[in-house]
Amino acid sequence: MKPFFIIHRNSLDSLFGALVGRNFTLVGPTLRDRAVAYSEIATVNDLPFGWTDEQDGGTYRLKKSDRQTLFDYAAGPHSWKKFLFPPALQLWEAERQIGPHEASPEYPPSHEGRGEQPRYAMIGVRSCDLHAIAVQDKVFAEGSHRDPTYEARRKNLFIVAVNCSHGGGTCFCRSMNTGPRATSGFDLALTEILEADRHVFLAESGSDRGAQVLREVTQEEAQESDIRAAERITADASVPMGRLMDTTDIRGLLYNNYDHPRWDHAAARCLACGNCTIVCPTCFCNTVEDFTDLAGTRAERRRRWDVCFAVDFSYIHGGSVRSTIRSRYRQWLTHKVATWIDQFGTSGCVGCGRCITWCPVGIDITEEVREIRANRPDDRKTLSEVGHAHT
Amino acid sequence: MLPHPFTVERVRRETHDTFTLELKGTNGIGGFSFAPGQFNMLYRFGTGEVPISISGDPERSDTLVHTIRAVGTVTESMERLKKGDIIGVRGPFGRGWPVLEARGCDVLIVAGGIGLAPLRPVMYRLLSRREQYGKIAILYGTRTPSDILYSKELEQWRSRFDLQVRVTVDRGEKDWKGHIGVVTTLIPRASFDPHEAVAMICGPEVMMRFTIRELEKRGVRRSNIHVSMERNMKCGIGFCGHCQYGPTFVCKDGPVFPYEKIEHIFRIREI
Ligand SMILES: Cc1cc2nc3c(=O)[nH]c(=O)nc-3n(C[C@H](O)[C@H](O)[C@H](O)COP(=O)(O)OP(=O)(O)OC[C@H]3O[C@@H](n4cnc5c(N)ncnc54)[C@H](O)[C@@H]3O)c2cc1C
Ligand code: SF4
Ligand code: SF4
Ligand code: FES
Repeated sequence: MKPFFIIHRNSLDSLFGALVGRNFTLVGPTLRDRAVAYSEIATVNDLPFGWTDEQDGGTYRLKKSDRQTLFDYAAGPHSWKKFLFPPALQLWEAERQIGPHEASPEYPPSHEGRGEQPRYAMIGVRSCDLHAIAVQDKVFAEGSHRDPTYEARRKNLFIVAVNCSHGGGTCFCRSMNTGPRATSGFDLALTEILEADRHVFLAESGSDRGAQVLREVTQEEAQESDIRAAERITADASVPMGRLMDTTDIRGLLYNNYDHPRWDHAAARCLACGNCTIVCPTCFCNTVEDFTDLAGTRAERRRRWDVCFAVDFSYIHGGSVRSTIRSRYRQWLTHKVATWIDQFGTSGCVGCGRCITWCPVGIDITEEVREIRANRPDDRKTLSEVGHAHT
Repeated sequence: MLPHPFTVERVRRETHDTFTLELKGTNGIGGFSFAPGQFNMLYRFGTGEVPISISGDPERSDTLVHTIRAVGTVTESMERLKKGDIIGVRGPFGRGWPVLEARGCDVLIVAGGIGLAPLRPVMYRLLSRREQYGKIAILYGTRTPSDILYSKELEQWRSRFDLQVRVTVDRGEKDWKGHIGVVTTLIPRASFDPHEAVAMICGPEVMMRFTIRELEKRGVRRSNIHVSMERNMKCGIGFCGHCQYGPTFVCKDGPVFPYEKIEHIFRIREI
C-alpha cells in the first residue's frame, strides 16, 4: 500500500513554498465575479475558504458555508485548459524582405512555440478535470502531429489534485467513470478532512516528483483512521451527484438517431452562444487568423479557441455545412459523447457538468441523451407527438 | 507547423476564374513527394491559408503544381501571384486515391468542375503505368464549355485509343457540339466491367450522390467507390476540429474515403 501523509492546514503554505521554490507558478481556485475561478495564487489565503456552491441547469450560486473548508465546492466556470491550451496565442510571425524588386520574396516565418513556456503547478484539480487533461493530451500531445506549446506546458506541469467532498448539482462523474476520487494523473492528491478539533489534508503522491515534494513538506504518516475518514468523504461525495447519464452503447444510440425530433427541441431553445464549448474542459476546436501590419511587411498568425456553434465554423464556398442550430447542437453533443470515441478512443465528456450550469437556457446534455434514449425510432408515434408538443 | 516558402515559377491561366501555379521550394527544399489526392495548406502572406489539392504529376517531384479557382479572399489574392513571388506551403496532408489497389482493374474517374484537379495526378499515374490497369474512362462535367479545365490535356487524352474521355456541360455555348447534361448521364455510355471497376469521384456533394446512385445501378461495388470530401479546414493536421465529418477528420482520415466507410453518414444533411 502507498504511504499516505498528513499535511496540516497551517502547513499547506509550505507545500506552496516548495513548489514556488521549484520555479512553479501556482494557479488555483480563487473568488472572481461571484464564482470560483482558476487564476494565479501566492498563498493559501488566496483560496476561497468557507465557501461552497449551488449549481443547477443555468444557475450557479456561491454560498457562505459554516465550515472553514478550502475546497468544498464543485467545478467553476473556468476549466484548467486555459493554462495548457491558451485561449489566444501567437503561433508565429514573419517578415517580408523589402528588396529591389517589386515582387520581393518574403522571409520564412521565424518561430513556432518560441520562448519559455510557463511552468504551472495547478492546485486543486478535481478528478473529472484530471481526466479532461488526459483527453486533451490525446488531441494535442499524443497524435501524429503535436502542438509544441501544449507539449511544453504539459511537460512542465505539476498537478496537485483534490478529491471531491461535495457532489455538484450538475456533476455526473460517476456515470462517466471519471471521479469523484482521483486515481491517477496527478503528482499529489489531497483529501480535505475537517473535524471538530483539526483541519488536515490526507496526501498521497502519484509521481516521483510528487513524492519528493511531499517528503519536504511533511514526515507525518497518516493513521488508519485518517485514511478511512478520507474514504468516507470521497464516498459521500458520490452520493448526491446532481446528474446521471446512461452511456450504454452511446455511439450506437446517437449514430442511429441523427434524425431524432429531440434535436428540434434542443434547437428551439439553444441560443448558439457557445458557452458550453468555452466552459468545457475538453473542447479543443480552434481557428487561426492571419494578420499583417499596415505597411504589409510583417505578418503573424494567431490561434484562438473557436466555437462549433458559430455559423462560419463549417463555412465552405457556397455556404455553411451546418447552417441550422439543430445541426450545430447535434454536432456538439454527438461529438462529445460519441464520435470522440472513434477519434480518440475516449469519451469527450468527463461529466463535470459545466455545460449544464453555464448554459443560459439550461440545456442539459444528460437530459438530451436521456430523451433520445427514451424515445427510440421504434416508438415513432409517441415520438412525433413529443416533437410536436414542443414546437 | 510553419509554412515553407515556395517560389512561383509559372502561372498558367486555365479558365476565366481558374489558374495553375507551378512552385519550387526555396531555401534548399528540394523535391516534394506526394500521393495523388493529397493536399497542401497554401498560405498567402498575411492574408490567410487554404486547403488546395496537388494537381501535378506525382513522378515529377521537382515541381509542385496547384490548380486554384478564385472564389474568395485567399484564392483571389493568389490569383494575383506572379512569377518570382513567394507562397507558403504546409503539407502534403491526407489520404489519397487508391491508385495501387486499382491495379489490374478498370478505372472510372468522375469529376465535376474544379474536382478534376485532385484527379489529374491519378491520370498521370495511370498513364505512366498504363499496362497495369484495365479500361480507363474519364467522365467530366462542368458548367459551360469555357469552364472546361485542362482542355488541351483532355483533348490529347481523348485522341488516345486506350482511354475513354467524355466531357459534358450544363449549358452549351454557340460552337459547342459536345454533350449537354449532368455528368451522371455519361455513366451509361462508359465501357467498363462493373464488377471489377474502381470508381474515383470528386465534385460537389450532390453530384457525388447522384453519381454513386448511377454507379450502383450499373453494379459497381460500394467497396470499389471512392469519393473526395470537402470541409472547412484550418490546421490540416487533426486538431482544429473544423473538418469533422461524422466520426472522421477529413484532413487526416480523408479527403478521399472509400464510400463504404462513410456510407452511413453520406446522405445525412448538415452533418
Ligand atoms: C481537401 C480540399 C482540397 C481542395 N482542393 C482545391 C483545389 O485543388 N482547388 C481549388 O480551387 N479549391 C480547392 N479546395 C477548396 C478551397 O480550399 C476553397 O475554395 C478555399 O478555401 C476558399 O478560400 P477563400 O478564402 O478564397 O474563400 P472565402 O469564401 O473567402 O473563404 C473564407 C474561408 O473559409 C474557408 N473555406 C471557404 N471555402 C472552403 C472550401 N471549399 N473548403 C474548405 N474551406 C473553405 C477557408 O478557411 C477560407 O479561408 C479544396 C478544399 C479542400 C477541403
Ligand atoms: S460536455 Fe459538459 S459535462 Fe461533459 S466535460 Fe464538457 S462541460 Fe463537462
Ligand atoms: S447549448 Fe446552451 S450554452 Fe451551448 S450554445 Fe446552446 S444556449 Fe449556448
Ligand atoms: S483541418 Fe483541422 S482538424 Fe482537420
